[in-house]
Amino acid sequence: MTTTTMADGSVNGDTGSRRFSILAGRDINRETYVEEWAEAGLTVADSPYDPQPSLRIVGGEVVEMDGKVRADFDALDRFIADHAIDLAVAEEAMATSSHQIARMLVDINVAQSTIRRLADGCTPAKLCEIVRHMNVLEMMMGLGKMRVRKTPANQAHVTNWRENPALLAADAAEAALRGFAEIETTVRVARAAPLNALAILVGSQSSRGGVLTQCAVEEAFGLRLGIKGLTSYAETLSVYGTERSFVDGDDTPWSKAFLASAYASRGIKIRFTSGTGSEALMGYAEQCSMLYLEARCLLVTKGAGSQGVQNGSISCIALPEALPGGVRGVLAENLLASMLGLECASGNDALASHSDLRKTAKLMLQMIPGTDFICSGYSAIPKQDNMFGGGNFDAEDFDDWTVIQRDMQVDGGIRPVREADAVAARRQAAQALQAIYAELEFPPIGDEEVEAAALAHSSEDMPARDMVADLAAADRFLEGTANLSDVVRALHRSGFEQAAENLLEMGRQRVAGDYLQPSAIFEDGFSVISAVNDRNDYTGPGTGYRLEGETWDALQRIPQQKSPRDFIDAQMGDPLPNLAEISTAKVGASANEIVVAVGPAYGRSLVKTIGELDHEEVLEALLTGVAEEAFYGRVVRVYHSADCAAIGHAGARLSGSGIAVGLQSRGTTVIQKRGLAPLNNLELFPQSPSLTLEIYQAIGRNAARYAKGLSPLPVGVKVDNGARLRLIVKTALLHRREIEDIHEKAPQELYFRWEPDV
Amino acid sequence: MTDDGKDKRENASHAADGDYPLYTNRSDTLAAASGRPLRDLSLQKTLTEDISSEDYSISAETLRAQAEIARDAGYPQLAQNLERASELTAVPNETLLEMYEMLRPGRCSFEEYEALAQRLRDEFDATATAAFVEEAATVYRERGLLRRELE
Repeated sequence: MTTTTMADGSVNGDTGSRRFSILAGRDINRETYVEEWAEAGLTVADSPYDPQPSLRIVGGEVVEMDGKVRADFDALDRFIADHAIDLAVAEEAMATSSHQIARMLVDINVAQSTIRRLADGCTPAKLCEIVRHMNVLEMMMGLGKMRVRKTPANQAHVTNWRENPALLAADAAEAALRGFAEIETTVRVARAAPLNALAILVGSQSSRGGVLTQCAVEEAFGLRLGIKGLTSYAETLSVYGTERSFVDGDDTPWSKAFLASAYASRGIKIRFTSGTGSEALMGYAEQCSMLYLEARCLLVTKGAGSQGVQNGSISCIALPEALPGGVRGVLAENLLASMLGLECASGNDALASHSDLRKTAKLMLQMIPGTDFICSGYSAIPKQDNMFGGGNFDAEDFDDWTVIQRDMQVDGGIRPVREADAVAARRQAAQALQAIYAELEFPPIGDEEVEAAALAHSSEDMPARDMVADLAAADRFLEGTANLSDVVRALHRSGFEQAAENLLEMGRQRVAGDYLQPSAIFEDGFSVISAVNDRNDYTGPGTGYRLEGETWDALQRIPQQKSPRDFIDAQMGDPLPNLAEISTAKVGASANEIVVAVGPAYGRSLVKTIGELDHEEVLEALLTGVAEEAFYGRVVRVYHSADCAAIGHAGARLSGSGIAVGLQSRGTTVIQKRGLAPLNNLELFPQSPSLTLEIYQAIGRNAARYAKGLSPLPVGVKVDNGARLRLIVKTALLHRREIEDIHEKAPQELYFRWEPDV
Repeated sequence: MTDDGKDKRENASHAADGDYPLYTNRSDTLAAASGRPLRDLSLQKTLTEDISSEDYSISAETLRAQAEIARDAGYPQLAQNLERASELTAVPNETLLEMYEMLRPGRCSFEEYEALAQRLRDEFDATATAAFVEEAATVYRERGLLRRELE
């Protein structure tokens, strides 16, 4: 028995309750839940120690902010006051009630730009006060409007435990094919970074040009990779909401801002990283709520001139999720980022729960409104290969994701792909990297390694490599003079012309710098979209981003989808030769007869039940059952209806005994008695997929027993909970086919050439 | 660089968001940090000529143009970042990494920051970045983030 110790000391399971014991063993009870503790920073959105909003400006300088005078400002206050707040609008913004701004966020008649303008003049405490008025539905409305890029997108994580380059390239290629606009890798061993970055760069560009890539490593090392041309963006620039945490992170707002400019000076897109919970985890939350500290992070981010932020608690996600309102708090921080005009890569990144239900429920808060990147890292690889520590959603969830998109007509940034296309893209990527390794004299990638990468699911499917030799090559590559043009030349010489073109194009785009603008990504064909030329213009129904046209066509066309015309192929066939129509059926005179009334298509256009029993054998089974009770069966066809009750009802009126079995082509069966209302009956068997020939025979027997005036035990049919789920489309199409055969014609007597085996 | 070229550069740095994306709308004047025009960064040239990493690098002029676009679109802090970035294009890679390291907490004395600011002005004409470093130094001194005070 599974037991769980509760906060009050009681143990779930100790009463012997089987219900509670089963609940205790569920995934949701593998999580940690903790009560709020404001003094330790363990409160999500509202600590009693959070400052109240205030702002005083004298002579163009902030002299008081959120209850603190300038002389008491710490480094973050100072940075925010001097760089992040638009003083021209601040007095108006602070004088507008927070409740009013919250209402504007959900008011479709208020444009994004109006709220942006006010948010630019808000202090951290003011921003928190605004979103505290909002429930998650209202925040989702606000997020859909405030997202800076009109078109939502997604980011993938591609790593593997063995640091296998061919597999990295293949997984990056598949992720690119699946439509991820950005791909991030990282390392198990730091020195692997240059070759890992190269692998996902080549893999993605050989599959779909314009995917932005990055490699998450230590700040200075990351910049070095960017300078070398191996990455086109970086989001490892972490910021924290208190001075002590910031300094423990070995940075200040100024050093981070300098780093941002350093990246931009080399044409590299950056976004900062922040998120609820990090300060509490680092021990310096200063008794403030996670949301208030995040608001400070976001203003530092904005003040530093970062175009965007990765927030949504990221690697700390389990901490807010342990607290009341944690998931709401994470949505609130996404909304605040968007209100400030920051591109938001909205979490849904690190493993946040054991429960699929809980994970999916949380995802909806970002997926339905749409964010710039719904995941700041969707693990496009299996969990065991995720060197970020395991993703909340991974490669095994691809189909769930694409089906949810199709269900809701919502663009979650992942396209469904066909297996053959994915394998082809993977193979080509691995081959392209193989060629580069050969040209640049890195440790060779063998043909069997390429093929393994094409077909692999995880690094367990890959042959081993000499990691020491790979790391030595990575060192040489980083220190050497080989640059992007050497890689382009190597690709071209080896016949990978499209990959060479795409890689070169990444270089040309770096020269132009268009992807440095807020929330910039490339659509197919290197067409850049950002907040500048793809500004979110949502103002209610019919405006903003709509999933329609070609994109909706592509997202709904999942490979699992079948043509409705093929669905009932197994049930269609030639009319049974031994089932002949004789004449119009008359009311029988014999009290020893049971009528078996079949539907209009039975044994004609349809020849099998939904459970794929031959119509011929079903009839034989029913008549055998009847014969076992020394009755004889008459077969009639009902033409005027395809409805099981109506078929049975018509049969009962024709039956000399007054008892009939009604049988639809899909196999649904009823035992009916003359005189009962059509929707009443003796026994009904709606679970047609579960019916067997033995059951049909028992139905025939019971029909005869009713005719004898007996009260037989009803025929037992096992309940299959999943049958309706699996077969409902088939059911609908079979019924539709039966309806096609309806005629205004009286029931017809059928001759079924068959001899009972009794 | 000819006068003609200089005019074009100045032109490029006065972009508005109507010019975005520059890749499409300024393809005639866009050039890499090395001065190589973007149109000369073709596959053919890559295969036949010696292409340096400077040929793949963004120029100060283009960064200023992007800064203008950002400002026009309502992103003044991003514009300032891109302006600092445009100054930093002149700073060699290793020096850039050293400067970042210096700005991390507890690394330098106030005087060392003053010297860094001076160097940014004198050697790289990086006035905005220099002012930013001086501002950092002032706050670091007040908040105990200079080297001496952390020891």
